[in-house]
Amino acid sequence: MTEQLNAWDRVQLARNAARPHALDYINELVKDFVELHGDRLFGDDHALIGGIGDFRGRTVVVLGHQKGANTRENIDRNFGMPRPEGYRKALRLIRQAEKFNLPVLTFIDTPAADPGLGSEERGQGNAIAENLIAMAAMRVPAIATVVGEGGSGGALAISIADRILMLENAIYAVASPEACATILWKDAAQAPAAAEILRITAHDLHGFGIADEVIPEPVAAHLQPSATIQRAGDAIERHLRDVEQTIATMGIDTLVATRYAKYRGIGRWVDNGETILRNGTVTNAPNGTEHVTSMQHSGSR
Amino acid sequence: MRELFRRQPKFSPTAPGDETRSIPDDLWIKCPKCNELQYSKDAERNLYVCPRCGHHARLSAAQRIDTLVDEGTFIEYDAGLTQSDPLEFVANGEAYRAKAASAGRKTHTNDALVCGTASICGQPVSLAVTEFGFMGASMGSVYGEKLVRAIERAIEGRLGLVTVSSSGGARMHESMFSLMQMAKTTAALAHLGDARLPHLSLLTDPCFGGVTASYATVADVIVAEPGAIIGFAGPRVIEQVTRQKLPEGFQTAEFLLEHGMIDLVVPRAQLPERIGTLLRHFAVQPEPAKSDDADITRSAEPAEALHD
Repeated sequence: MTEQLNAWDRVQLARNAARPHALDYINELVKDFVELHGDRLFGDDHALIGGIGDFRGRTVVVLGHQKGANTRENIDRNFGMPRPEGYRKALRLIRQAEKFNLPVLTFIDTPAADPGLGSEERGQGNAIAENLIAMAAMRVPAIATVVGEGGSGGALAISIADRILMLENAIYAVASPEACATILWKDAAQAPAAAEILRITAHDLHGFGIADEVIPEPVAAHLQPSATIQRAGDAIERHLRDVEQTIATMGIDTLVATRYAKYRGIGRWVDNGETILRNGTVTNAPNGTEHVTSMQHSGSR
Repeated sequence: MRELFRRQPKFSPTAPGDETRSIPDDLWIKCPKCNELQYSKDAERNLYVCPRCGHHARLSAAQRIDTLVDEGTFIEYDAGLTQSDPLEFVANGEAYRAKAASAGRKTHTNDALVCGTASICGQPVSLAVTEFGFMGASMGSVYGEKLVRAIERAIEGRLGLVTVSSSGGARMHESMFSLMQMAKTTAALAHLGDARLPHLSLLTDPCFGGVTASYATVADVIVAEPGAIIGFAGPRVIEQVTRQKLPEGFQTAEFLLEHGMIDLVVPRAQLPERIGTLLRHFAVQPEPAKSDDADITRSAEPAEALHD
């Protein structure tokens, strides 16, 4: 049903207030979940939640952006926009996952990292950056699932993972369509056009080799929340098993090296007139230089 | 892979009559802060710092390299990388590549990052310097790839890494490929750390968004120039969202120092000496003992581990 939608339609679906948010996924998929609070430095962020629980037979650490279902909730959740405390809480829990050798599952759903005065004072940029390096090198498996809005650096900060899955009507972008439209045409009302240009849909990102799998939404998630969540849970479990298999047969070092190679390989550029694809297939490299591609695992399921 | 380390001595910002100088000799330069006029020759001698109010003017990559490294030591690498256009991005009738080409004609660079090796006060470094004139030094695939190669060059040659960053953030025209460069560049720094090599990050005016939220703030020492405006969200965005007037001095280098976000604020004239001193202090670290585990954990050539 949702196959014919354009990018802007999907933005609307991704932002739909009734769409299942991180806690809906956690409550349905993670048994005996215990939410853990605070960054031990400044405060507890309500826009980025984390905790520990049982996902289909194994203990996992869970992180997620949390939006509200209504205005009152959204004020409490800061509309899903984490402050530095949220990212530092996430970092604390990532360290905890490593300490106890637990997989990390993350649920991505944020318009952006909080752009407020306090966030600047407390080092929003650094808080995001420290998560990127920690997650790139962490010695436990991680599966990130974009369930709604993947808003730029605020989303990226908890989505460095061995697999990136996207719900069919989720989006993931370098800038919101509104921000892009403002930059390009000084008019936020042109956001629908910007959404098309930015190539932000799950199918786009799967095509680019950035998303590893698109989780279908035959019916939009907010109309069938439970079925959608279970489908996402199945995909997460399948990828997690696959990653655990890698660890069992080749060791955690291979997994960490594979994760690095995935990110090392992302990007496209032209060298001496030839387009070198670093995230897909090999092209003929100039001057006999062989540009080996990185990888693409299980992307075409 | 060895090709990455081939020397490409194309770029010599210190050469006389260099075209990359954006300021002709016979020009008066006005300080954007206090309107003081300086003869261009004097401005160059003063490193483009206003003698009256101390305002540090923005520099091109070539000027930055000139004012920071030992004369004649800079060798540029990877200058030939240019933009692909994975999104086939066209806006206002202008294609991305045409826009980039026109930016390149202005800056005489192929993208927004200039990388190479040099020495600073005698200390050899792998250097990466942004060119703000090239699309606001936004970070896309070329920028990310060149920076990672500069990090690999540092590891290969046992060099400290010095990055000089002034940027508007991730480049919209490559959308998710740009966002992912934040992850790619920052992840590469983990390898530099494993090799016990220092990353010194110099933040200059203005530095925002995806660059502040990635490699530029994951450093052993973060230095900023006086008065530089540095942050995650831009001041206009913050004012729009919070509907608050921003306090005086918000997001300046001095503000960041006060809030514990950077180590040092260093005037331009003292940068080579201070960075050179830091590099000397960090250079005493020995190379970690090689174990098989360490090699596997983060291979310098990750593609090998994944060969089909």
